[in-house]
Amino acid sequence: MTSLVEVENLHVGFGKVHAVRGVSLRVAAGQSVAIVGESGSGKSVTARSLLGLAGRGSTVRADRLEIDGVDACGLPEGKWRRIRGRRVGFVLQDALVSLDPARTVGAEIGEVLRTHGTVPRADVDSRVVELLREVGVPEPEARAAQYPHQLSGGLRQRALIASAIAAGPALLIADEPTTALDVTVQAQILQLLAARKATGTALLLISHDLAVVSSVADHVLVMKDGVFVEQGPTRAVLENPQHPYTRQLLAAVPVAHARGTRLSPSAGENVAQPRPVIGTDVVLAANNLVKTFALPGHQSVKAVDDVSLELRASETLGVVGESGSGKTTVARLLLGLERPDQGTVSVDGAPWSASAAKEQRELRRRIQVVYQDPLSSFDPRYPVHRIVAEPLAVAGVPRAARRERVAELLGQVGLDADVLGRRPGQLSGGQRQRVAIARALAPRPRVIICDEPVSALDVSIQAQVLDLLADLQAQLGVSYVFISHHLGVIYHVSDRVLVMKDGRVVESGDVEQIFHHPSHEYTRALLAAVPTLDGLAVRPRQSSEVAG
Amino acid sequence: MSALRRPGTMLAFVFLAVLLLAAAWPSLFSATDPNSADIQQTLSPPSAEHWFGTDQNGRDLYARVIAGVRLSLLIGVAASALALVAGTVIGVLAAQGGRATNTVVNRLLDILLSIPGLLLVLLVIAVLGAGTWETILGVALITTPGYARVVRGEVIRIRGAVFLEAAATLGWSRPQIVLRHLVPNALGPVLVLATIGSGTAISIGSALSFLGLGPQAPTAEWGAMLSSSRDYFTVAWWPAIFPGLAITATVLAITVAGQFLQLRLEGRAPR
Repeated sequence: MTSLVEVENLHVGFGKVHAVRGVSLRVAAGQSVAIVGESGSGKSVTARSLLGLAGRGSTVRADRLEIDGVDACGLPEGKWRRIRGRRVGFVLQDALVSLDPARTVGAEIGEVLRTHGTVPRADVDSRVVELLREVGVPEPEARAAQYPHQLSGGLRQRALIASAIAAGPALLIADEPTTALDVTVQAQILQLLAARKATGTALLLISHDLAVVSSVADHVLVMKDGVFVEQGPTRAVLENPQHPYTRQLLAAVPVAHARGTRLSPSAGENVAQPRPVIGTDVVLAANNLVKTFALPGHQSVKAVDDVSLELRASETLGVVGESGSGKTTVARLLLGLERPDQGTVSVDGAPWSASAAKEQRELRRRIQVVYQDPLSSFDPRYPVHRIVAEPLAVAGVPRAARRERVAELLGQVGLDADVLGRRPGQLSGGQRQRVAIARALAPRPRVIICDEPVSALDVSIQAQVLDLLADLQAQLGVSYVFISHHLGVIYHVSDRVLVMKDGRVVESGDVEQIFHHPSHEYTRALLAAVPTLDGLAVRPRQSSEVAG
Repeated sequence: MSALRRPGTMLAFVFLAVLLLAAAWPSLFSATDPNSADIQQTLSPPSAEHWFGTDQNGRDLYARVIAGVRLSLLIGVAASALALVAGTVIGVLAAQGGRATNTVVNRLLDILLSIPGLLLVLLVIAVLGAGTWETILGVALITTPGYARVVRGEVIRIRGAVFLEAAATLGWSRPQIVLRHLVPNALGPVLVLATIGSGTAISIGSALSFLGLGPQAPTAEWGAMLSSSRDYFTVAWWPAIFPGLAITATVLAITVAGQFLQLRLEGRAPR
């Protein structure tokens, strides 16, 4: 088998930071290799080094760096350009930012063909259409004339893959190609990548998600702090992980076995998660909510259509759905940030959605929110202590009492006092989300709306935050509305689940019933699309027992 | 912070510090009365006794340049501050008000911006009369639309931000959110603009004095000094050079300092 990538002892540094510390890898034709790791592990830098795109101020050293038979050690920029696109195609995470917004998709793909002169100029347009068809874009002629923002996320990602394969590279590098996508779309893109592999293209996949990788990769490299801590055939790594970090990654994935147990390793293996008894009093109720938004050109879209829900004390209601399903609009209606066109929301039995703004403000403290991106939900000028104290300032709590309560809250969310004076920009993603949770807890709410609270976090940080939310619920009896597109997370945290599609609730009920006996076909389709650890769900536990 | 280590930036800040001292306590720098005329010593060149020489009335130019610091800084800072406040109020109203308010304010700003600045100031002076405060008012008037535009743009950029929505969920009222979160976050770029703008204000103020429409004689003002030097320029260069240098150096120092602040602001922004 010819080897498309031969890397030995690769080092990449940025000034004093040594991002990649001596990694070696090899990708053969028709082979699919995945580098798995969390943010900052050096996985993306490794991939980019193979394209000569390690970044500004980087120094790349290697004993051997061969791309498709070309010695790429210290290659000048001009020569790299002949490798990129022609020999190696590169697919990035977010096609919306990776595609030129000012050009049509067809022009973007056509440029690759023209640059590398792989087809005669006269045939470029027809080849573009052919490529789009190849990656499964419906109506390719029409799509080629459209701009990236006019396409859905899945179509954009397909277009990006089409441009990456346009010049017929023997190797495709995909950096988190499905992270921004809905689960059903993700399944399609993974199938597409697998199909490329079947045609003989070598694949180097970069991902933080072991489950995603397991469905496509033959070989897995687990990366941490710039080195591969474990590598081997996918199945062997997943079934019998040797390195503690791999085991930790696997254990942190909220798959079926972990429900009712803690996810983060600090708690020890398979420690039961205490769950509070669900109360009888309804703390939040919504009846037949309808919300319609006007679109340009006298059109309108029903973002939420006849949605009802009930949340009891200490209960977690999972709301699951893909983008555009209306789950975030439901959250905004529950929070009183939008008024429903029809229907009502009540908090603790008190009317909420129908009240005047002033009365609503009085009740606001009872229902708080944690967003997906905590950083954007903080005033950029505020240090941590002001962020957490703000709800107390609203309530007119005196300064000294505020300071005391802030210290107590930081303790509850597991943050040290030394973060008090820092700005959120100086904190890690997990710390920021803890600050957001502390702020939400500050006014002692009955309900916290969690809108994709862990979607932007690494799996091990996600595990810690999910454990924290569960602990806080057990301690404080707070109820959660937990919105996520991630079925694994929803299954792990929820007592009851609402499945949303196109603004409507297609199915609702007890979490076990929905996940094990779904009655609606959409729910079944969603569940089928979830990348699983290939039936290996119970394995991490066994291996950890061996290790323990 | 590294920009502060650059000698040019450092020099600008030191120079501004000296200017502030001179504005606060002119006597620290010159004991001579800037308005005492000495007929024996008209237009005498720079010497140990008169560092910058004397003018056509025999007044010490060094003392007059020092005495002019206060007025120039006053015009620069007061005009900028006035324009900043007015611009912020107008900008926030334009962005937050209804469609009608937005349209009216925008068209008014368009009109103001389309009239040449100096002409507009002259108009203000023609109505109000010449003088220091009239100058400040005129300069503020022509610089306000610029600030209003930037504030409006910033408010529109920020107003959809999640942290404003988060503030609403905490229970703040709409006006409280605007005052506590929206305006302070919209002000960053405008404050930098105002710093650089105060340099512009100083040079417009000097231009007005040069035309005889600013602070009135015998007040020591750099533009006015420059103006009266014109008639003697062929025989004496110093009455023109030193006030001119003072204006140039001050505006330059303010601009450099403003650019430094801008860099810091951009560096601080986490996005």
